[in-house]
Amino acid sequence: MTEVSVAKEDVAATGELVVLKSVNKHFGALHVLQDIDLTIARGEVVVVIGPSGSGKSTLCRTINRLETADSGSITIDGEALPQEGKELARLRADVGMVFQSFNLFAHKTVLENVMLGQIKVRKADKKKAEEKARALLDRVGVATQADKYPAQLSGGQQQRVAIARALAMDPKVMLFDEPTSALDPEMINEVLEVMQQLARDGMTMIVVTHEMGFARSAANRVVFMADGRIVEEAAPDQFFSNPRSDRAKDFLSKILHH
Amino acid sequence: MFDFLQGYDVLGAFWTTVQLTLLAAAGSLVWGTLLAAMRVGPVPLMRGFATVYVNTVRNIPLTVIILFTSLGLANTLGVTLGAKGVIDTLNFRLAVLGLVAYTSAFVCEVIRSGINTVPVGQAEAARAIGLSFSQVLRLVVLPQAFRSSVGPLANVLIALTKNTTVAAAIGVAEAATLMRTMVEKEAQLIPIAAIFALGFVILTLPTGLILGWVGKKVAIKR
Repeated sequence: MTEVSVAKEDVAATGELVVLKSVNKHFGALHVLQDIDLTIARGEVVVVIGPSGSGKSTLCRTINRLETADSGSITIDGEALPQEGKELARLRADVGMVFQSFNLFAHKTVLENVMLGQIKVRKADKKKAEEKARALLDRVGVATQADKYPAQLSGGQQQRVAIARALAMDPKVMLFDEPTSALDPEMINEVLEVMQQLARDGMTMIVVTHEMGFARSAANRVVFMADGRIVEEAAPDQFFSNPRSDRAKDFLSKILHH
Repeated sequence: MFDFLQGYDVLGAFWTTVQLTLLAAAGSLVWGTLLAAMRVGPVPLMRGFATVYVNTVRNIPLTVIILFTSLGLANTLGVTLGAKGVIDTLNFRLAVLGLVAYTSAFVCEVIRSGINTVPVGQAEAARAIGLSFSQVLRLVVLPQAFRSSVGPLANVLIALTKNTTVAAAIGVAEAATLMRTMVEKEAQLIPIAAIFALGFVILTLPTGLILGWVGKKVAIKR
């Protein structure tokens, strides 16, 4: 992956990494994703925002098939998402995912959490995996917690470990599903800083969040969703200062003027 | 006072009980875990098989199962389990088989409810880093499920210890068989009953206490 560290301007030239074409998804009678078309270029940081229940988390989870789409196509780096099985597992290893509730493996230490995928999926040897895990933990600032269990860490620390665990797989793209929504306010920034750094390093990122500050400063593009549809896509400056759709204006007026 | 004990190998009989218990416990832990894996697995055929198995076997009296191993498997179908005509060994093995078949249905349900205590996010995170279904189960879900199953498994193990007495139905020389012999030949019925009752309490009480302690020790903090 030599193209990872491209500057933001020539993103378009380096190709499409994640492509969703007319993706539909229902939960019973609820049409949560309605004809979603979305293309994410290599090295691009896309922030998905919108009101609760708008389908943003589902969209995020559909991309690595934790939720299956009812129709439409999803490709990652040119490969269509396969059915559940070995092929899908291989593809998922290339897509890092960070959850709202961290989901660190509760019975393993922080270090083991970051090593597990390397050893079992990437077949790395133990020593190399540990080296890499420690380096990544250092990068996200929790190196001193390596031998503790997840429950002994604060939420912010757990989420940073979760980011390290995802990065250990050398993913092509990282999905963040409301990574700061379960955190105490004073811990949000330590996680956002790690994500900012990741964005600056050229990682392709799809971030579902309510952190408008992060969207402004780190995103190449903001995708606004409401009622299962993508209502508006724009550069962050344009979106926040001059939203085109009424739905987005309404949403922004409610969150920005308190 | 304990003259009536002379000529009877009470310890030997309880040793057979212990052997039955340990072998059946090991067997039903393995088979029960496999059944649980099938029940939560994605393959409809396996899921169906395990569901039917559990719901059939746990509703049949153990005596019927044990008798079937002897009358059905051994006498009718000629299954010998490698016992080469030694009737004692054959019956012992048949009893272990019957106990495993029966107890594993309960083990399966304990493990399955243990699996239900593992938050769904654990499996999702495991899938998200590219682990296969069996890896998710072996490396992430089952280790956590077992830890929350220790207490309930102690119940199953205690029940199993006492259930080994049903092996008397096919003539395995375990504690209940000896008790029946002694009751027939000796006059001291209450001391005999007390001795065997005490023997089982000595076997099962520590099981409950130790596993209760272990269960607390390995419990996962979330």
